[in-house]
Parts: sequence; structure tokens; C-alpha cells
Amino acid sequence: MSSAPRYWREIPYRYRLEASLCERCGSKFYPPRIICPNCKSREMKRIRLPKRGTLVSYSVVYFPPKGFELQTPYVVGLVEIDGVKVVGQITDVLPSELKIGMELEACFRKVRVNGKSGIIQYGIKFRKPEKRDADESYVPIGVR
Amino acid sequence: MGKSLAAIVGLGMIKVGMHWSKSIRELAVEAGLKALDDAGNPDVDAVYVSNMASGLFCDQENLADLIADYLALTPAPAVKIEAACASGGVALTQAVAAVASGVYDTILLVGVEKMSELVSTEVTNAIACCLDAEYEKFYGVTFQAANALLMRMYMEKYRVKREAFGEFVSLMHQNATKNPYAQLRFPVTVEQYLNSPVIADPIRLLDCAPVGDGAAALVITSTKKAKKVVDNPVFIKGIGQATDTISIKDRVDPLFLRSVSKAAETAFQMAGCSIEDVDVVELHDSFPFVAFMAMEALGLAERGKAYKLLENGDIKPGGKLPINLSGGLKARGHPIGATGVYQAAELSLQLIGEAGSLQADSPAKALMVSIGGVASNAAVIVLERGD
Ligand SMILES: [Zn+2]
Repeated sequence: MSSAPRYWREIPYRYRLEASLCERCGSKFYPPRIICPNCKSREMKRIRLPKRGTLVSYSVVYFPPKGFELQTPYVVGLVEIDGVKVVGQITDVLPSELKIGMELEACFRKVRVNGKSGIIQYGIKFRKPEKRDADESYVPIGVR
Repeated sequence: MGKSLAAIVGLGMIKVGMHWSKSIRELAVEAGLKALDDAGNPDVDAVYVSNMASGLFCDQENLADLIADYLALTPAPAVKIEAACASGGVALTQAVAAVASGVYDTILLVGVEKMSELVSTEVTNAIACCLDAEYEKFYGVTFQAANALLMRMYMEKYRVKREAFGEFVSLMHQNATKNPYAQLRFPVTVEQYLNSPVIADPIRLLDCAPVGDGAAALVITSTKKAKKVVDNPVFIKGIGQATDTISIKDRVDPLFLRSVSKAAETAFQMAGCSIEDVDVVELHDSFPFVAFMAMEALGLAERGKAYKLLENGDIKPGGKLPINLSGGLKARGHPIGATGVYQAAELSLQLIGEAGSLQADSPAKALMVSIGGVASNAAVIVLERGD
């Protein structure tokens, strides 16, 4: 079980996709870095990544680590957002719907409960973009 | 030709498997004593221990001290070296560097991992600790899943069929049937591979190395001393180690194993030779596609074309460049921190002509490739027969 500070110190990056932009070479990194691996500059500006990205690769996990037993099977993916890649879970989707290149959007979700009496941990997951106005009939898979 | 950096003058291995009746210290001591006996029990100046996760698997840190103590080697200096699955290879480069520098004359290197103390979800959790804990593992990404992301990209980009991976798995199992130290000494067909349960799609059970316990040890001594200790030392001619980003998400070209390529370049430059000169290889096949990418990074095949080395028989026993005559991680087994030490021990047996029914046709030069994380760390070592 982890302490609360270990969890809350990562909140800006896990909840809001805060990243860094190198002001010298323009490279972007998630999570933020202090020094740019591309040009070694330390002039790194804090930015927020947009919510929409595309799926680069994915895996359906059938054998989970401790703590994820009740979510199994679940989908994890590599998502490219504005030139930056992020690893995370893809939610509200059937494995058969997954397609490399598909559009995804970040949403705020529960990730896990850390131990029996531990804190509930939240973070960003990715889902198919909600068709807000255009298609009222759309219901996310997990809600059906 | 480069000069020798150090020599292997003794080795010991334990059959990889589920050693329910043996603790981590017993495994390590057994392998360590075998190696010391093999070398005629020379004075040991330092003990190096390669291990990934004794704290997680066995609640035991300060592992090097424990092992030195139970090998009756205190007050010799002792240190544990950890580089995930590459711990063994990296520890060997460190031991060789220390001997080559003249700081120590003789080092006992013990690689050990005891994985059977935990239930499977805890083992999966422990192995996943080699990823980025806060930005991969946090979301339930397992080591297998992180590799699965890369495997899917490899298959998509190069249109490599699953059967090609199955052929590799089948070869590893075939090789292991002759290895007395191997964990899985039975053949596996491509069909069985294709139908094995999904672990983290597209990775299936028979893509994965088995969970097991193991320990292997080497006595490493200075080039000058080597022939005084034994008649048939194995010389280390080149060592290379290199890293890559811890996560594949930050790689510009994730389908090229930069760590392996860079480490090999360093090792070959030091040894004054090239891959063309190598007769036998032990290669870190954490998954068949990783073995393929490693072969491509070594320059043995064009990118996406490693499967051809199976088709034309080059890497099979008796082929141009036999790879993993031991059965590799797939079938010899992969007791994480010990694996690289097994590779070096197996290659040493090959070079001194004592590999039994695994024996290649009098090899003079051998290469080992030890990979950690999702190839975020790699050690490459060139070994040579001492004659
Ligand atoms: Zn920069």
C-alpha cells in the first residue's frame, strides 16, 4: 500500500495531462521533465495536453498484477496526443472495437483502490469520443 | 584483435525450476560453491550478486551480504547489481571492468532469483516494477502488456505472421530438451504455441518465459592469473552496456532496439571483431519478437526480416550461427537476475568444449546479449576460447 503523498504529488499530470514543452527545441514530454533529452535545455514550460489523441497500439490484459484482478480483462494502450505518447487504459470499449489509428479522448476515471483501507486512486483513461450533440442515441459500452 | 579484459575460470549452475524446498540463500550458495570448486577454490577479493527483486520476491534486501556470509566469504566486499532482466549481463560487465582495472584480482559473481515465493498476481506485479511505476504500472500495465504494445506494432509494420514466432518457440523448446539445466525440457509445436492462452494480447502464454527459481555463478579473474588457476580459461574480449528510455512511449523509433545496437557496437569495438566472427550466441528472448528485434539490432537481419534466419536454418543447431542452444529464456528459463549469468556459463561450456549434447562445432568466439526492461537496458559481451 502506498502513502497519500506518493499519490497526490502526481495529480497534476495524472488528472490534467500536464506535460512539458522545451522552449529551445519544441519537444514535448509527458510526464513533465526538468531537462530536455533532445537538446539538454532546462527551459521547460509547463503545458496541458489536449484531450484528444489517436491509438498507436494496444493490448488486452487477461493476467493482471495484484490490485487489478476485478478489472480483468482490461485494455491498455499507447495513445498519441499532439505528438506526445501516453500509456494508459482504454475504457468503455469492446476489444473488437479497437483499431489502430482510432480517435480517443481522455476522461477522468477511478484507476484502483490501493489496498483494503487505502485511498481510491484516480487518473486519466481513454475512451471513444462522446458524440455530444450530433448523436443523442450514443451510449458508452460500459453504461449499457 | 583486442586484448583480454578478464577471464572466466569457474562456473556453476542449478537447474532452473520451482525449487520449493530451497531458499534464495541456499540457491545462491549452491551455485557459488559449484563455481568456486570448479575454479579450484581461489581467494576471492569481492562478491558481486546480480538479482532484480529479492526485496519483492523474498523480503530480502542486503542480499549480497547475506550471500557472502553464507558462502563464508566475509569480510570480502559484496554488492548487489540490479538492472531488471539485464542484471546478470550488467553485473558481468561490472565485474569484468573491476578486474580489468586491477582493483580486484578475483570476483565471484552469483546471479540468483527466487520467484516461486509469491502467487501469480504478485509475481506479475513484481516483474512490472521494471516499467515506469507511476506512468505505466500505475494503470495496470504489466511487463507482458508493455511488450504486447511493441509486439503489435512489430507485427503490423512488418507483417510478420504469428507462425514465425511459433517456429522460434518450438526451436527453443527443442534445444532445451538437451540442456540438463533447463526448466522446460519438452518440445512444443507451433500449433500448441498458437493455441496457448492469451496473457496480454497479442502475447500468449507460450510467448513468455516461465516463472522459475535459479542461480548461476562465475569466478572471474585477471587475464594474467587465469592460466595459473585453470588450463582452459574463457577470455572476455569485449563488454558493452547501453540504455534507452524506460518507456517505449518516449522512443522515436521504438521498433529498433537502440540499447542492444549501441552495447554491441561498444563490445565489438573493444574486442576488435564483428558479429561475422561469432560462432555461437546466447540472446535474451524475453519474447520471440524481442529476440527477432535483437537479431536485427545486431545486424544479423534487416529490420522485420529476422524470421528468415529461422526459415533458412542459420540459427538452428549446426547452422551458420546457432542461437540459444540452451533453450533461451523461453525454455531454459528466466530466473530474472540470474539469466545473464546462465548465458555466460552456458557459453563458457561451449567454448571449453564441455557443453555435452548441446555442444556446437568447436566454437572459438561467443556473444551474449542480456536485455532489461522493454529493452531499456542491454549488456553485450564477447567471449573467446583461451588457446
Ligand atoms: Zn529540447
